[in-house]
Amino acid sequence: MTTATPSLPQARRFTLPRLGGIWSAIRRHPSGAIGLFGVTFFLLMAFVGPLIIPEPKVNVSARSQPPSAAFILGTDNQGKDIASQIVHGARPVITVALLTGILTTIVAITLGALAAFLGGLFDRVVNSAANFVLTIPYLVAMTVLASFIRLNSPITQALILTLWSWPVLMRTVRAQVLSLREREYVEAAVALNLGTPHIIFREILPNMASYIAISMILAMTSAIYAQIALITLGLVPLSDLNWGKMIFSARTTGAIYIADTVWFILAPVLAIALFQWSLVTLARSIEDVFNPRLRSGA
Amino acid sequence: MTNSTPILALEGVHKHFKAGRNTIRVLQDVSLSVTQGEIVCLVGESGCGKTTTGKIIAGLSSPTMGKVFFEGQDVRHLSGEAFNAYRRAVQIVHQDPYASLNPTQTLYRMLSFPLFRHRMVRTQSEARARVLELLQLVDLTPPEDFIDKFPHQLSGGQRQRVSIARALTVNPRLIVADEPVSMVDVSIRVSLLNTLSDLQRRLNLTFVFITHDLAVARYFAWEGRIAVMYLGRIVELGSAPEVTAQPQHPYTRALITSLPEPDPQLTRNKQRIGLRSEDIPSLLRIPNGCAFHPRCPWHVPTVCDVALPELARTESSSLAACHVTAQTAQHAAALAAQAQESN
Repeated sequence: MTTATPSLPQARRFTLPRLGGIWSAIRRHPSGAIGLFGVTFFLLMAFVGPLIIPEPKVNVSARSQPPSAAFILGTDNQGKDIASQIVHGARPVITVALLTGILTTIVAITLGALAAFLGGLFDRVVNSAANFVLTIPYLVAMTVLASFIRLNSPITQALILTLWSWPVLMRTVRAQVLSLREREYVEAAVALNLGTPHIIFREILPNMASYIAISMILAMTSAIYAQIALITLGLVPLSDLNWGKMIFSARTTGAIYIADTVWFILAPVLAIALFQWSLVTLARSIEDVFNPRLRSGA
Repeated sequence: MTNSTPILALEGVHKHFKAGRNTIRVLQDVSLSVTQGEIVCLVGESGCGKTTTGKIIAGLSSPTMGKVFFEGQDVRHLSGEAFNAYRRAVQIVHQDPYASLNPTQTLYRMLSFPLFRHRMVRTQSEARARVLELLQLVDLTPPEDFIDKFPHQLSGGQRQRVSIARALTVNPRLIVADEPVSMVDVSIRVSLLNTLSDLQRRLNLTFVFITHDLAVARYFAWEGRIAVMYLGRIVELGSAPEVTAQPQHPYTRALITSLPEPDPQLTRNKQRIGLRSEDIPSLLRIPNGCAFHPRCPWHVPTVCDVALPELARTESSSLAACHVTAQTAQHAAALAAQAQESN
């Protein structure tokens, strides 16, 4: 029989072939690649673009111009370049969306996993809080809140948006954890006395990784809509340039009635739609990246 | 086998589950003690409470009534280090190898977590060496080929071996094996069973082996005991050769005679025991008296459907819960006494 000769631990340590996994997932789903490309494009535009493209300036001699070689998307009623406004108006929107997505996910996972695990009073309190939040029409609440909270920093905006977005994800996380904790490998971990943090973070959450990533992206998309709605309705101070403000200005200055300046309103709308579409497309193919079956590539 | 305090003992264990307004009595008055190094097989059809018994033994479920003793101490009163010792000493191997391994972990991760957690290894290289050793122990050879694999890259039998290796990480003394071979290919059952009995001998493990298959029980527990369960109660308990050769309870007899033998002549000529009904009663409406009476061919009206039989000595040395065998045993004892007197 073979003698037990434990080979010397090789340098070959355990690493997650994440990058390779993403690459093979992209090859398997070209639509996912398009989504990834779109998201990357918008992120670059938001965070690198403003360094390259000059800020839009008021130019009285070039007001309300249609698209031309000088102004790809034309100019607004003050002669500001619309294309440049799109670039400079991306960052606030995307920052708040990212922050909200991350915050929502953290809050929802923590509360959902704990509620499922601890049960009892904690579970009931969290569930009642979620039900309570879900019954409040958020635009109305926002209107009230906006009147006595200054919503000008991205953090405050993200916090306020998170306040309304965590319940849905929390409930699904709770349901998933309730189902996963009955799995036999969790029972084996209990028998091995590995401890509750290990069970939640090593046994249960990795099995929900793709689900969590998708939920985070979807939380981002709803954060964008919510944010744009707030800005368009004028509930958020309009100090910064952003896509929502562009829609607001285009509407209030009557740009939508002039054929030449139709891009003033169309450009931000399209930018939002394209960014959302890229996010959703990316989310669809993310499942593969986290699936060890496809990841190992053996 | 040692005759000191049993490693694990159940005393009058009941387990009830609530289903809406109904109470399902899954286990009723189960008492069983297991000594170090012994193999005890729990046999019975589905729904008889074998798995629940296993979970209670492993401390994954607590009894509604009754007590569980680990090395003579009530596990409910164990705390801190004593409880951890109990947790480590009793491990479980599940039935379904496709559900019992976390799909997101490689074998190395899966097996090294408990090692680190219980401070049995300190460094990654120590852990790796120990994991290789464990894989070797469960006959996954060469272990280097397996250590970095994910469960989905293994067959059912190999997964079941990983499951056994995971149970062995914490050097347990008792392993509850819940139908460990029922979901693997028939062709590799025997080799898996041989691995288990090999481990049992080498590591002086105690096994509580749960199965619905008397043939498997007979093969695995030839030197151990068999406990036959029916609707939440142990109806027969005795050494494996005796229970299979001279079954005392009519239910055990029915199970034994339904086993196919390798010799077709034998199988054909076997005296089948005719059950009065093929259906198992619902756990929601467990029959009065002896729960087996609606199906029992020996049914004695006004006795079996009224009084609950107790596990008692029979003609052979095993225990059975049956009014009829008890009477025959009494009768036989009386006859023997008479014979002695007349001598």
